[in-house]
Amino acid sequence: MNFSQAIREAIESLSANKLRSGLTMLGIIIGVAAVIAMLAVGAGAQNTITGSISGIGSNLLFVFSGNMQEQVRNEQPLTLDDANAIADPFQVPSVAAVAPVVQGNAKVTFAGEVANTSIMGVTPDSQIVRNYELTEGVFISEDDMLARASVAVLGPDLAEKLFGRRDGVVGETIRVEGQPFRVIGLLQSKGGSTFGSQDDVLLAPMTTTTARLIRRTRERVDVIYVQAINPDQVSQASEEIAEVLRQRHRTLLGEDDFTVFSQQDFVATAQTITNVLTIFLGGIAAISLLVGGIGIMNIMLVSVTERTREIGLRKAIGARRRDILIQFLTESSLLSLFGGLIGIGLGYLIAFIVGRVAAASGTPFIPQVSLDAILLATLFSTAVGLFFGLYPANRAAGLEPVEALRYE
Amino acid sequence: MSAPDAVIRAVELTKTYRMGEVDVHALNGASLEIYRGEVVAITGPSGSGKSTMMNILGCLDRPTSGEYYLDGELVSSLNDDQLAAVRNRKVGFVFQSFNLLSRTTALANVELPLRYAGITKGRTDRARQALVAVGLANRIHHRPTELSGGQQQRVAIARALVNDPAMLLADEPTGNLDSHSGKEIMELILTLNKERGTTIVIVTHDPAIAAQTQRTIRIMDGKVEQPEAAR
Ligand SMILES: Nc1ncnc2c1ncn2[C@@H]1O[C@H](COP(=O)(O)OP(=O)(O)OP(=O)(O)O)[C@@H](O)[C@H]1O
Ligand SMILES: [Mg+2]
Repeated sequence: MNFSQAIREAIESLSANKLRSGLTMLGIIIGVAAVIAMLAVGAGAQNTITGSISGIGSNLLFVFSGNMQEQVRNEQPLTLDDANAIADPFQVPSVAAVAPVVQGNAKVTFAGEVANTSIMGVTPDSQIVRNYELTEGVFISEDDMLARASVAVLGPDLAEKLFGRRDGVVGETIRVEGQPFRVIGLLQSKGGSTFGSQDDVLLAPMTTTTARLIRRTRERVDVIYVQAINPDQVSQASEEIAEVLRQRHRTLLGEDDFTVFSQQDFVATAQTITNVLTIFLGGIAAISLLVGGIGIMNIMLVSVTERTREIGLRKAIGARRRDILIQFLTESSLLSLFGGLIGIGLGYLIAFIVGRVAAASGTPFIPQVSLDAILLATLFSTAVGLFFGLYPANRAAGLEPVEALRYE
Repeated sequence: MSAPDAVIRAVELTKTYRMGEVDVHALNGASLEIYRGEVVAITGPSGSGKSTMMNILGCLDRPTSGEYYLDGELVSSLNDDQLAAVRNRKVGFVFQSFNLLSRTTALANVELPLRYAGITKGRTDRARQALVAVGLANRIHHRPTELSGGQQQRVAIARALVNDPAMLLADEPTGNLDSHSGKEIMELILTLNKERGTTIVIVTHDPAIAAQTQRTIRIMDGKVEQPEAAR
């Protein structure tokens, strides 16, 4: 018996019992659809997170004080002078721009509306480094810095909380910790909520902030954002920054008392998290495939019993053990292969709908069905059919012709 | 005088079924020889072991003891795959209850032994010729449910013959048929013997059918009755 005949016969016998075959496939269909949808949603989530990390800026490095791996004695804080040193193009040629930040929380009020929000003291360069786009007004300028002006740039979510709208807020005066600030600009939404809302913030000049809102000794800063001149120079920039800071902190020999973290590091961490999620969801999907496989085994056993006489007859006219084995294995793997293919379609549809729902609720999120996932699902479902078909097929192949022929 | 060419030589065959505590001896030391080109009837009362004998002769079953030579080959020395090949090539079996695959056409049913023989070239033609030979030229694409009992048995005979076996074994081939189609089937079987020289063994309860054959072997209580040898 050759292969195409075996397949033709299997299709004939499966279609002789359409409802039963359909119901049996359902288990596999659901399992595979779950796998495909999970993987698609996982990949989509990963892209969204990666995207929102890139949304912070491009070619970014983050410098924190302290060392996350080792205990360091005499830890020195990061200061504005450190930031200025990193900005020096002769010492640190791979760096394009530097934005030191002090941050904290504050109570912001306007006409009876109260919002607790995160406030950041920034320099004008942070507009470039952090990719801030404005929908109206202007960003904080050098003049504001020098004058320690009481001006603020608002994130759109904060504007919504205070004014109930996302436009026409420039010129209003709000109170931050009781002190009046004039709104000079409104940020464009960054979307994404991976690092808390990037839209629920208030930006003020660094000088004003340290003088009036967040007291800091010796011009301390919390984070220094650094932009490398291009993506390839990120690790180079990281080295150069570390070199400068070691000199300035006199820690050339001991452990560093600061940490340089790149955007890629964040992306890698986020990927690990989504990978774990994908594996977990994939596990659930695998279990439903397993259940589907048991369904196939069950129905194949029934089918073998029903067709005992047929098997006896086939053996009587010369079918070998192998021929019967192939016949039933072909049926079970075709059953699960078809189930798999339909499942892929259904999974695709589910992923598409999830994407639509997410888009409708304001989180741009595009599920991705990869070729890998499709191949994996096809292969896996066929393997399930083969594996769970093995026992029934073996039973059929092992029947004695006389006894099978006598079976009623 | 040269010894006649024995297609079947069975020596002291026994077949014992264990039913709980008691042993049922379906065959109890039965010996027989059947020669090439013969038409032989096997008769005997119900339960005497005729079907058991036929199943062993057709390599569908193995005897509990005794030796069975088919075409000079000791069948008990063959493994399962070799047995399958013997069933496929040397034996054509016709059952009382036809045993056709109901989902497929007459043609596909007749093709089946050729498929298991691994024959692809000219397979459909050979199957069609076999159907023509049993007089079903105009029923080739009918399914078993669309055929009369006699026609179904013809399909079964075509299936048994399509591989040109050395012998045709028929266990009460007319048992499920009315007397008219029974007679037609017998005529067909006898014609095949004349035209192709196929050795034929028929189990039957019908003396009229037994009378049409060249020789009758009687089985009683699992043994072959001896008067036969005197003939
Ligand atoms: N699988 C089996 N298990 C137990 N006993 C069996 C089995 N097959 C046959 N027998 C017994 O063997 C004996 C011979 O049976 P067999 O079918 O050969 O009879 P038969 O001559 O063909 O009868 P009939 O003319 O009614 O078809 C019977 O007594 C039967 O009960
Ligand atoms: Mg019988």
